Order: sequence, then structure tokens, then C-alpha cells
Amino acid sequence: MLSIKNLSASINNKEILKGVNINIKPGELHAIMGPNGSGKSTLANVLSGREGYKVSGELKYQGKNLNEISIDERAQKGIFLAFQYPTEIPGVNTRNFLKTSFNKVRKAQGKKELDALSFLKILKEKSNELGMDEKMLSRQLNVGFSGGEKKKNEILQMKILEPNLVILDETDSGLDIDALKIVADGVNSSRNDKKSFLVITHYQRLLNFIKPDFVHVLADGKIVKSGTSELAIQLEKTGYKGIN
Amino acid sequence: MKNQDLQNNQEYKYGFTTDIENIKAPKGLSEETIHFISKIKKEPKWMLDWRLKAFNRLKKLKEPNWQKPKFPKINYQDLYYYSAPKSMKDKPKSLDEIDPKLIETYKKLGIPLNEQKKLSGVAVDAVFDSVSVATTFKDELTKKGIIFCPISEAIQKHPELVKKYLGSVIPITDHYFATLNSAVFTDGSFVYIPPNIKCPMELSTYFRINASETGQFERTLIIADKGSYVSYLEGCTAPMRDENQLHAANVELVALDDAEIKYSTVQNWYPGDKNGVGGIYNFVTKRGACRGKNSKISWTQVETGSAITWKYPSCILQGDNSVGEFYSIAITNNHQKADTGTKMIHLGKNTKSKIISKGISAGKADNTYRGLVDIGRKALNSRNYTQCDSLLMGNKCGAHTIPYIRNKNSSSTIEHEATTSKINEDQLFYCNQRGLNQEEAVSLIVNGFCKDVLQQLPMEFAVEAQKLVGISLEGSVG
Repeated sequence: MLSIKNLSASINNKEILKGVNINIKPGELHAIMGPNGSGKSTLANVLSGREGYKVSGELKYQGKNLNEISIDERAQKGIFLAFQYPTEIPGVNTRNFLKTSFNKVRKAQGKKELDALSFLKILKEKSNELGMDEKMLSRQLNVGFSGGEKKKNEILQMKILEPNLVILDETDSGLDIDALKIVADGVNSSRNDKKSFLVITHYQRLLNFIKPDFVHVLADGKIVKSGTSELAIQLEKTGYKGIN
Repeated sequence: MKNQDLQNNQEYKYGFTTDIENIKAPKGLSEETIHFISKIKKEPKWMLDWRLKAFNRLKKLKEPNWQKPKFPKINYQDLYYYSAPKSMKDKPKSLDEIDPKLIETYKKLGIPLNEQKKLSGVAVDAVFDSVSVATTFKDELTKKGIIFCPISEAIQKHPELVKKYLGSVIPITDHYFATLNSAVFTDGSFVYIPPNIKCPMELSTYFRINASETGQFERTLIIADKGSYVSYLEGCTAPMRDENQLHAANVELVALDDAEIKYSTVQNWYPGDKNGVGGIYNFVTKRGACRGKNSKISWTQVETGSAITWKYPSCILQGDNSVGEFYSIAITNNHQKADTGTKMIHLGKNTKSKIISKGISAGKADNTYRGLVDIGRKALNSRNYTQCDSLLMGNKCGAHTIPYIRNKNSSSTIEHEATTSKINEDQLFYCNQRGLNQEEAVSLIVNGFCKDVLQQLPMEFAVEAQKLVGISLEGSVG
């Protein structure tokens, strides 16, 4: 699904990622853990194609070189990023935004665009699964949403867009335990043998609810240790310092 | 990411010309020209005298020069003041008699003149250069006593109304361009809504400049009698030319007791090319008088075209409890310039006004909001609320807010809010990550920014305006 080889990225001449290697197969869920400033969010940004980074190394998604592909095309090809801080877009209705995005991605994938009625049916079903208040969907996109509502809205989009590769960037931050469970359930119910996940997190807490196949520790722009979910538990005990 | 497609998409969709034979007035501004216009319009003597009075006044006036966008001196002797398709000389009596080329032109513009294929529930008056070519739905309106016709026809058929109201809101002595218009105006729309009638459909005028070296000077007069209501829409386009063309219109609105006029404009005159060559000078005077008690006038404008837009649709709130509203979106891209806003003159008691202005500036453009809120000594318990938001795209454009505020009594309140922001990288990234390309993302974000104004537009035009907002900004972020 995703093959990252010797990936380096710098911004304003400051090197943030210094040769990262990860290989994710279909159906796998990988967790990336690491202290603040280790390059976790940069990795998420670079994978989704955000501008402003100088990138070198190999980045292959479904066998294709990602470096030449724009952000929107990556999204259309099934790469989804759940944002750490979903931005507010005033004046834009959440429901309309979701429909626009949904049909853009479908169209790019050669599927038929859905009319409002059929889309609303899907939207209703998925938002109910997440226990979301439908009134929220009538509001302006992320404007005045609580931290939990914003994250749920991200997971809702993940469910609707049916991506192949999901990157969750600290989706657990700022969530209370109930919201965390709902988000985790949302992820778990989406897992299957075709879909891959890259879960970026600061704390082991989320991994109690979402069981990773592999855990990588990112420190100072490099993967310093890889292992199974046991590694996350070990980290919780010893802290990041204990790794080195 | 580079969006090469953006560059190719910039073409102005309405830039075509119609090859049609014209009758033109002699070139230049003179008494002779005014006699020519008045004669060809078969005007009564009082109208000719009115024009000549304006012309004499004009000789003593100078163009105002306090505005922000400066422009090269206009040679008024080098313009044609009247241009009409030859086939319009003896006015066609029905749509069947109109030159098919004209019908075709309006079809290209998306304005169907054929009533069977019309926009649902919109009566259209189409003005091509200096004449009105067709007014649809006349019969249905006549049944309710509503008059909707070219102003040249109203001068002949309803002189009592024209005499009473023409120039009563914008006097012929007002200022250079308004006076120029009074002297040489050629056509435009006239609307009269009788007492207690709610106009059953949107009335619309579509303006098209076709001929070169021609100024367009239309004049619109709308009167809403006691207890009546009308919603009126105006749209404009022009061909692409590398010369600048002058458009100096006057629009007067009069609302009597308990009457309401809603006036919406979607202005898309040719803006000039990417390097700022050509484009329309849109110097327009629009003013409404809330003359009766409890009357209301609401201006909504979406200004996306023109090389220079210079206009202040205003409300004179004479009647007690009258309400004035101004909702504006002004988008400038490339080398376009806009200096626009409103004047709210509070004279009656308990008068209210609301101003919502959204300015969007991209490329090397310059966008100024200039507005006056003036609450008079006797306008007790009056209120104004103003909100001016500016959005900048890129780092070569400008946005300015110049509010003039005067309050002459202590029982009235004025609120003014203003924001200036840059289009947000995070918002663009978010939209891109959800599969929207750069253009779509910009269009979505800007439409959101403009939502408060867009929702004031009648349904049929809101969709068109939303698209226009996107198109106008194509290539501005890349």
C-alpha cells in the first residue's frame, strides 16, 4: 500500500525528517509514536502532499510515485488525513462540504456522483454510527465545534470517503474518554483487509482501543525502534527516553 | 503544486461581439448630439429641455477626483453617445420582429427573450447599447397595473410619472457623471408598482455594451407606490476590447409609505485583460429615497467585472421608521480597481440602516470600501450597523476601508465592525485534502466569506453569482 524509503523533509532549511523507512501492507495498522517535535505531523503533511516542504527519498503509494502528485489528486486516489487541528471554514455548510468532497472523490474514481437524497441517506447512517447530532451538520464547517465534535467530524469524513490509506494525526488529542471510544470504534469498524492505517499519536492511551499491527517510534526525524503492540506498552512504562 | 489549467481558464466568457449594423449619433458631446438622441427617441419638448439644462450645467462641472483609483483623462469628444442596431429604428412590435442576431446574442448570454423559454418567473428588459430591445411578460404585468417598460417608452406614455419622479432622487445638478447621464441618457428601464400591489415576479434588466467607442448611459427609474413591493435585478456584460469604455448609469428608486424595493445587481462588465489593458469604467450613480413612512430599500450588489468600479448605491431615509440596507460583494483581480460602498442618510425618526460589505482582492488589484453614515439632528432613535470584511489573496493587492460617520443626535447609535484577513493556507490545505482542487477550494472559501451577501440575492441569481465569484478569482492562487 505505502512504501516510504529514506524519506527526508525540510522546511525553511531545517531538516525535520532524516531518512524515514516504513512499509505498510494492505489491511495493516501502523502506529507512529514519538515525543513532541520528533516530526510526526510533518510526516502526515508530507504524505498528504502539503506544500512548503523540500522532500527527498522514495514515497510509493499503490506502486506509484507520490512525489509528483498534488494534494487533491492524492485525496482522490484514496489517501485521507484526519487532521490534528481541523480548520474552521466560515460560511460553508458542513453537509454541503461533505457532499462536494464525496462527489469529487467518487467522480475521480470513475464512480457515479450521487444526488442529494442518496447522499443524505449515507450521511445519516454514518453520522448515527458515530452518535453525532445531525444539527451539527447544518452548521458552518468546524466553526464553533468543540474539540470532540471536530474530531468526530473527521472520522465521519473518513467513513464517508472510504479511503484506502488513512492517516490519523493525533486524533486522540483533546478527547475525553467517551469521545475517544467513539472515535476508536469508528476506526475499528472501518478496518478490513484492504484498508491501511497510519495512526500518529503521542500517548499509548489510544492504542488500548485501537490495536496496531506494528508500532514505530519516531525520534528526531528517524524511526528509532519498531515492534508490535507490545512496544507501545513498554513505552508507556519507560517513556521515550527509555528507548534510546 | 501547479495548476496550469488555471491560466487557460481566464478567458472572459462574454467577450464576443455581435456583428450588427448600427445607427450612431455624431461623435462627441454637443447640443447637436442631445438633439439627435431626443429626436430619435421621439421625445416631447420638456424632455429635450431637461436634457439641455443638464448639458448647460455640465459645462460648469469638473470630474470628481477624490476617488482612490485614478484613470487617464477621458476624451468626451471621442465617444459615441448613441448607438443602436439598425433594425431597431422602427421599433419591433413583438419578439418575432426582432433581428435574429440580437436574439442569438442574448441566447449566448443566457438571457432568453422568448417568453416560453424564459427563466421561471422573471420578466426581462434587455438593453443593447443604447436601446431596449425587448421586454417580456408585459401583458401579465399590465393586468396588475404594473408598468415595466423601456424608459424611452415611459417618457411618451407616462409623462406625468416620469416628470414627477425623474431627477427627484438624483438631481440633474448632482455631480459630473450624473449630470452627464441626465444630458445624454439613452435607454434603461422604468418600473411603476401601483398601491398595495406585490409584483408577482422578479423584474430584470440586462445591459449589454456591444459597439466600440460607445459609452453606455442608461437610466433606470423605479417607483413603488404605497404598500407595494418589487424585486428588481440587473445584469451586465460587454465584449473584450483593448480600449476602455465608459458606463455612467443613473438609477433612481422611490419608495412611498409602507413600500419596499429590493434592487440586486450582478455586474460583470469586461474587466480588462491580465495586464490591465481595456475594460469598462463603471461610474454609476445609484440612489434610493425611502420617501414614505415604514418604507424599505435594499441594495444587493455583486461586483466582479469592470476595470474600475466606482459607485455608492445609497439610501435617503426620509420617512419615519424607514429602513435602508446595503449588501455588497466587490471582487477585484489582476489590475482591477474598485472604490465602492454606500451612503445612508438618516433624516426621519426611528430609521434603521444596515451595511454588509465583503471586499475580495487578488492579483495586483485594489479594493476600497468607502461609506457614509449620516444621522441627522431630527432622526431620533435611529440605528446603523456596519460590517466591512476584506479578504486578501496574495501579497500584491490592496484593501482599504474608509468609513465616514456622522451622528447629530444623542438618541441614535452607530456600530461599525471591520476585519481584514488573508486567505488561509490551512483552509486551502484542508479542502485540497478532501479532493477539491485549488480553484474549487478558493471558490468554496470565498463563497463562504460572502455568504451573508449571497443569501440576499433572489434564488435564480444566487447560483449564478456563486459561480461568478469562483470564476472571477481563477488563477489568483497557484
